[in-house]
Amino acid sequence: MSEALLEVRDLEVYFPIKKGVLKKTTGNVKAVNGLNLSVNKGETLGIVGESGCGKSTLARTILGLEKPTSGDILIEGESILNYSAKQMHRLRRDVQMVFQDPFTSLNPRMKVSEIIAAPLKAYKMTDNIEQRVKELMDLVGLKPEYHDRLPHEFSGGQRQRIGIARAIALKPKLIVCDEPVSALDVSVQAQVINLFEDLQKELDLTYVFIAHDLSVIKHIADKVSVMYLGKMMERSDSESFYNHAQHPYTNALLSAIPLPDPGKEKTRERIVLKGELPSPANPPTGCVFHTRCPIARDYCKENTPQLERKGNEEHEVACFFPIEKGMVEAGSENLLR
Amino acid sequence: MFKNKRNLLAAGVLLLIIVATITASLWLKFPPTHIDPEARLLSPSGKNWFGTDHFGRDIFGLTIVAARVTLFVGVVVALLSTVLGTITGLIAGYYKKAEFIIMRIIDGMLAFPALLLALALVAALGGNVTNIIIALTFAFWPVMTRIVRSAVLQVNNIQYIEAAKTTGTGDLVILFRYILPNVLSPIIVQGTFIFAKAILAEAALSFLGVGIDPSTPTWGTMLQESQVYITIAPWFSIFPGVAIVITVLALNMLGDGLRDAFDPHKKNQKKSTKKLFRNRKQKYA
Amino acid sequence: MLEVKNLKVHLDTASGIVKAVDGVSFHVKAGETVGIVGESGSGKSVLAHSLMQLNPVPPATYPQGEIIFENRNLLDLKEKELRKIRGNEIAMIFQDPMSSLNPVFKIGNQLMEAIRTHQSMSRQNAEEKALELLKDVGIPDPKSRLNDYPHQFSGGMRQRVLIAIALACQPKLLIADEPTTALDVTIQAQILELMKDIQKKYGTAIIIITHDLGVVAQLADRVLVMYSGRIVEEGITGDIFYHTSMPYTWSLLRSLPRLDSDIHQRLKSIQGQPPNLVDPPKGCNFSPRCPFVTEQCLEVDPSLVDRGNGHRAACILSESEYEERKHEIQDIEREGVEQ
Ligand SMILES: Nc1ncnc2c1ncn2[C@@H]1O[C@H](COP(=O)(O)OP(=O)(O)OP(=O)(O)O)[C@@H](O)[C@H]1O
Ligand SMILES: Nc1ncnc2c1ncn2[C@@H]1O[C@H](COP(=O)(O)OP(=O)(O)OP(=O)(O)O)[C@@H](O)[C@H]1O
Ligand SMILES: [Mg+2]
Ligand SMILES: [Mg+2]
Repeated sequence: MSEALLEVRDLEVYFPIKKGVLKKTTGNVKAVNGLNLSVNKGETLGIVGESGCGKSTLARTILGLEKPTSGDILIEGESILNYSAKQMHRLRRDVQMVFQDPFTSLNPRMKVSEIIAAPLKAYKMTDNIEQRVKELMDLVGLKPEYHDRLPHEFSGGQRQRIGIARAIALKPKLIVCDEPVSALDVSVQAQVINLFEDLQKELDLTYVFIAHDLSVIKHIADKVSVMYLGKMMERSDSESFYNHAQHPYTNALLSAIPLPDPGKEKTRERIVLKGELPSPANPPTGCVFHTRCPIARDYCKENTPQLERKGNEEHEVACFFPIEKGMVEAGSENLLR
Repeated sequence: MFKNKRNLLAAGVLLLIIVATITASLWLKFPPTHIDPEARLLSPSGKNWFGTDHFGRDIFGLTIVAARVTLFVGVVVALLSTVLGTITGLIAGYYKKAEFIIMRIIDGMLAFPALLLALALVAALGGNVTNIIIALTFAFWPVMTRIVRSAVLQVNNIQYIEAAKTTGTGDLVILFRYILPNVLSPIIVQGTFIFAKAILAEAALSFLGVGIDPSTPTWGTMLQESQVYITIAPWFSIFPGVAIVITVLALNMLGDGLRDAFDPHKKNQKKSTKKLFRNRKQKYA
Repeated sequence: MLEVKNLKVHLDTASGIVKAVDGVSFHVKAGETVGIVGESGSGKSVLAHSLMQLNPVPPATYPQGEIIFENRNLLDLKEKELRKIRGNEIAMIFQDPMSSLNPVFKIGNQLMEAIRTHQSMSRQNAEEKALELLKDVGIPDPKSRLNDYPHQFSGGMRQRVLIAIALACQPKLLIADEPTTALDVTIQAQILELMKDIQKKYGTAIIIITHDLGVVAQLADRVLVMYSGRIVEEGITGDIFYHTSMPYTWSLLRSLPRLDSDIHQRLKSIQGQPPNLVDPPKGCNFSPRCPFVTEQCLEVDPSLVDRGNGHRAACILSESEYEERKHEIQDIEREGVEQ
């Protein structure tokens, strides 16, 4: 696996919970709790999970904005955790981020051209900077005439394009996208998703693409990882993933997404999970999903499943009793209430 | 913001006072140095609009000229406190390590009432314009530090700061290009209030006799000198007093006006596409 | 039961008059579920709020229209009469479950208060009713949770409590404004199931507002598609999805990322941005983005035309012209892919 551009090994990121006047640490929010992943050059890794499962924390840690409690992050085979400030600065050129909220991720007092030029200036690439900014704007589908407007003069989708232009300005190798289309309107989402795909082809980019919606991921990702309470539940190439998801949680996620097709909706069998997401400060013992799992057994409460290959080569599941193909569609008794 | 009549009035009054005091020597009939023993403590009349003082000086002229030092002290104190407070506030808000030290010092200073602190300092340093400015700046900048720091903490949490960091932007650029412009509004508003407070404090110190040397005319020293004559020549006290009230009122009105003008909630801003996703964070908090 | 006739709601803002609802007519029959879909800013919330006169005045004004609920025009009623209807005959749940509950009162008290505002009932009975409601909306261990405060509930649980409060007086109509948008998909699935159960049990008519066509497909009997303050297509759910007759609905359906598509399938995005409601484009509001656009569209503002079976669409193209154009577009796209 020498070709992996990004590798994350046994990553743990904990936030201390401080209580009382003395700010004593009474526990930890285990935002990321033992996570492994790797992304090859030119690939898109989709990461899905519910709110609070640690997706943003993972993204921020990869970007060096959060210090991991333990574990390692490697870029092109080199650990970045002990990088000096100077090395970090150099690394930042290669790893960029696109943020979820197009309204807060742009400085309201800077012109579009300044926002897009900021990374270029930070790396003293000031030759032809105006020309470069105009090219970038053109590339992401913004009219270069708008270069001296302020962010509030743009719509959400256009702002997200500005954010994307800023991220690609330095020709990075990896872009971490933290729910880049979640805040956008339905009619604009497709434009931005297509833009990501086009840029990938044109600039040979690698994406870590975070979303909470498996249908968005289906249109963009080559590989998919499912997170739950800071852990990886299932990972696979998209083909095998959407063809036969094995983890009960993944199946629940898939069946929770409403299809814009009333006919299919009427006849569809679905797993409706009971209960709520447990607190990451106090995750359940054993398999973290057992409290909501429709097929959990006593065994799952005491033993923690590891990611393991089941069947297909690239397809790994952290479950003792993975779901067999066709079980959900058939409305298998023990799966559905 | 000047569409609002109140703001326009406040700004107009201030401008008038400033222009009047700067150009005073060009148009005043009786320069305040003009002593006339014959005309002591005259009540207001067509000739001496505000009456005269115990040396027979024209109080109108005196009040106008006194504004010079008074406003000078106010402006300089406001500027110095703003600069000092902004720098310390920016540092304290941005660097976690410096925060602890700076904020403990500030908390210590804020434990004393500002006027008392200034009083003690002037008593120690001696009363002249420079020392008054030093003392008042010392008394007022901690408030500014506090305000700037909390504004910085807020802005620092907004994603565009993080975005700037990920694009490799340096700390200094982030502080001055990203954070400062976005915390400028509370700074300007607070600066106006410090201006007003400094005028009041200068008057109070001078009135107590620890302020500026009585031979330098300021509204404070005028009040102090007039004390003795308050029953026989009330106009001697009233006019500098009214000048202080008007100026302070105008400054406070201007400050409020600025605050409203900067407040995004009062402006009709474009509604965000999906404010709802911002709430998702809080859900499990 | 509810009939809205040519309703206009204008919002007077600093940047001009926002025509948030611009001549909307529709009806809701007893016991049916009507879905209102549209993108952000299309006026869904303003419309929903105007049904209960909950838009802040100013900026809102109602220059035209009628809202007939059980033979009364709600626009003519006095505030006092309206209050009797709100919560009692028409109830509403909002998008944001966090700010819709009062943080300083216990859940039980808020529920009991809702019950006792419209029905005279002893405390004892009200508490029993509250318990029953909490059980109905699927809150586990309702007895002990009566004494909890809102902050002890998660987002999904709060939305359940809000539904319980809305159901307290067995309203004839429940308006749900994006009830699941702020929730996770698994929680959304729970709430949608709950709404179906509730409808079966109580026979309440529901207006569900959302931007998610999937939610509508799952829940609604009839659908209204809104675009820039107007209804552009209306019909039974099957017709809207399978016999779409309005270019906006058609484009929207094609642009959705969907689970039943192929992997890496390219989305067919709609060009451009939603129009400005202060100064809408001349002619058809959708014309600047419409792939079907003809010269006439830039001049003529289409009204809803009946296509049979209660299916209405706002497009000047006739059915055959529309189909022809649709095939043309698809052919062009196919050629583009082959090249
Ligand atoms: N700086 C922080 N201090 C303390 N706790 C934090 C911090 N950042 C995140 N958390 C907690 O860590 C957990 C994971 O948060 P994270 O933002 O990574 O979730 P997420 O998957 O991105 O969710 P969302 O879909 O809402 O964006 C949450 O419980 C959150 O409250
Ligand atoms: N109080 C208000 N003052 C001024 N304009 C408003 C106000 N409320 C809504 N608007 C405007 O009215 C239009 C319709 O808004 P509305 O909230 O109904 O949209 P929506 O379809 O519910 O969108 P969303 O999906 O974002 O909830 C928008 O252009 C919005 O900016
Ligand atoms: Mg996140
Ligand atoms: Mg709305």
